[in-house]
Amino acid sequence: MSSTIVSLTDIHKHFGSNHVLDGLNFAVESGECVGLLGHNGAGKSTLMNILAGTLAIDSGEMRIGDRKVAAHSVNDAHLSGIRCVFQELSLCPNLTVAENVRVLHHGLSGWGWRKRAARLITEKLDEIFPDHGIRSDAVTSDLTLTQLQMVEIARAFTEVDVPVKLVLLDEPTSSLDSTTADQLLNYVQTATARQQAVILISHMLGEIVRAADRSVVMRDGRVVATFNRGATKNELVAAMGNVAAETHGSAPARTSNTGELRVDLAVKGERVTARKGEIIGLAGLAGHGQTEVLLEVFEQARRGSSIANGTVAFVAGDRVRDGVFPSWSIGANLSISATPRLSRAGFISLESEAALGQAWRERVRIKTMDMNQPILSLSGGNQQKVLFARALAADADIVLMDDPLRGVDIGTKLEVYRLIQSEAEQGRTFLWYSTELDELVYCDRVYVFRSGHVTGCFSADEFSEDKVIKASFEEVAL
Amino acid sequence: MNALLQPARLRAALPVLSLLIVVLPMFYLQPQTFSYFGINTLISLAVTIVLATMAQMCVITVNDLDLSIGSFVSFVACVGASVLQQSTVLGIAVLVGCVLVYCVIGMLIEWRNLPSIVVTLGMSFVWLGLALLLMPTPGGSTPEWLQQLVQWHMPVIPLPLVAAVVIAVATHFFLMRSAWGTLLRGAGGNGRALARAGWSLLWARGLMYALAGVFGVLSGLTLVGFTTSADANIALRYTMISIAAVILGGGEFVGGRISPCGAVIGALTLTLAASLLSFLEISPTWQIGAQGVILIIVLSLRAVIGRTRA
Repeated sequence: MSSTIVSLTDIHKHFGSNHVLDGLNFAVESGECVGLLGHNGAGKSTLMNILAGTLAIDSGEMRIGDRKVAAHSVNDAHLSGIRCVFQELSLCPNLTVAENVRVLHHGLSGWGWRKRAARLITEKLDEIFPDHGIRSDAVTSDLTLTQLQMVEIARAFTEVDVPVKLVLLDEPTSSLDSTTADQLLNYVQTATARQQAVILISHMLGEIVRAADRSVVMRDGRVVATFNRGATKNELVAAMGNVAAETHGSAPARTSNTGELRVDLAVKGERVTARKGEIIGLAGLAGHGQTEVLLEVFEQARRGSSIANGTVAFVAGDRVRDGVFPSWSIGANLSISATPRLSRAGFISLESEAALGQAWRERVRIKTMDMNQPILSLSGGNQQKVLFARALAADADIVLMDDPLRGVDIGTKLEVYRLIQSEAEQGRTFLWYSTELDELVYCDRVYVFRSGHVTGCFSADEFSEDKVIKASFEEVAL
Repeated sequence: MNALLQPARLRAALPVLSLLIVVLPMFYLQPQTFSYFGINTLISLAVTIVLATMAQMCVITVNDLDLSIGSFVSFVACVGASVLQQSTVLGIAVLVGCVLVYCVIGMLIEWRNLPSIVVTLGMSFVWLGLALLLMPTPGGSTPEWLQQLVQWHMPVIPLPLVAAVVIAVATHFFLMRSAWGTLLRGAGGNGRALARAGWSLLWARGLMYALAGVFGVLSGLTLVGFTTSADANIALRYTMISIAAVILGGGEFVGGRISPCGAVIGALTLTLAASLLSFLEISPTWQIGAQGVILIIVLSLRAVIGRTRA
């Protein structure tokens, strides 16, 4: 007999102007495994955080069991039997495995708590991953990534005072090897047979097809398709894509390029190349090795090796962490990369700095009257334009872009696209990591990454969203 | 490899080894120190430093540094030699208030995400100013009961030695073994994980600072029990000594990795090193530098051991 554990009706959630969940309807029954699919930015993580109680909903109705909940906190989630295994693991590295179990369970204290915690986690590890070889008194920082993930998963299934009803697994197999991944998928079946429910988020379609009783595909903050067990990988892939053509139209056709080869990097056996004047897209799900490729090219170009030929500039994706100098003016933020050219005898020429600032203000249309204003007086999109101008002002041959337009408004995006195209025509090379499918239409060639490997390479005329999605999820789609 | 030579064991043994390296030559040079009276004299003042080190360790557990502990201990000593002498009730009320202030500072640092170094540096001037207000010139006198308590000659084993062991064991039990201490260390290791499990980091940090306040109060009272009079500058050097002792004892600045027993041993080592250097007739001018050298040697050894493991 099954009953509804959680149901969400017409949920909305936005961060600033960015609508992450847009009328989401979703429910989980006890005893089922739901596969959750979607490309970057579809809203999977937000949905997960809402269920975990770490994010509040803006509007909509959330019911747990037959109870309507207005405010849902982390503790409420725990007391309702909802457990989450996040992608970035949530273990304390300075504590032992057993001590980390204590962190999760508020009721686990008093005399003998250590023994009880050790028994709980060891029994659960034995049950899910036989022959795991993990000691409950091992300090977490001494474990390998695979072992950490095993502990985190087993910990989510342990019970002290509240029975576990729903476990959310976000990319649980990303660090597991094939044997342990297999053991986990088997355990998911055991758990659902006990009327527990599991939500499985994974980029491995094979796992979803195998384990999920029902697969839910999300796109743009909504559920767009639901499949029962038996759906094929192709059906799932087809449901995830195809929106770009309507929103942007296609980019102007570009002639094939035979200019000098500027980047020629081997990524685990696959060549990634870029010529003068080319815009190269690096695609795939977030965090599958694209940033590492950019950093590698940066490193090689700095060393002047033959892998990356030419001067290089980097546009950071995480503006706040890697990009802006928050206490500096707009002008100083822009000119920092060009400082060697602007200085005379070791001193910066203020006139040339101001002239450079003016020139780029007009060229990239930074919305300010005065380049001496602090950088933080600008909107996020305009700050990002300053970072673009910084990279371009460095007169670099190769511009590396680490998903720089995440969370930027559409107007700014279109301006930046035009800028990139005109700069490419003048001979610059762009390596562009983007998590947004519709940006890839501006690229001459797109490499798709999955788990650090290149799983697809498409030139502009063979490019389609379906192919990129397929390559992001499949083993090999070349 | 021999089980005794495993890096983890070596690391844990390092504080003990450094204490032995300081203590053994001392007993050799001055055999009369190896007696009830000798040990009592040598480590009586070490107890105050041990307590200040425990206070510092509580703050380091949650990835912060307390630059105000020295002036806080001085302030408590001044309270002990003035207000507490005049009115026990008022004195105790002031000290309880101090602990609450520490708790609030911890919460403030968590709530506003402030850098602890800046906040506690500022607080060090506040405590020093208050101490100077209470006691513009050195003086005052300590209540009789406090002197008797602190200077009590326990039969057979010297009291300071017992006190050091009790402090080490009690703190070890609470922070390393108990369910609640584990959470507090977890707050230093991965605060986000703790928050995701539904715990309040505000209270975790507030509690650790309050505990630091309690240890600071105990340190100041012990100090003034020995000296019987106070001075606003009496314990300013404790700030740096306490940080050094925590690190010497195997603690780390970030990540909630601490060792209460190690920190107590570290505090003893640093105090006794000063005595050893006087026995060696090294002029006091060089002593602070020599303490620094000891610290650097031990930390380098630890880094070397850590590297062979990785």
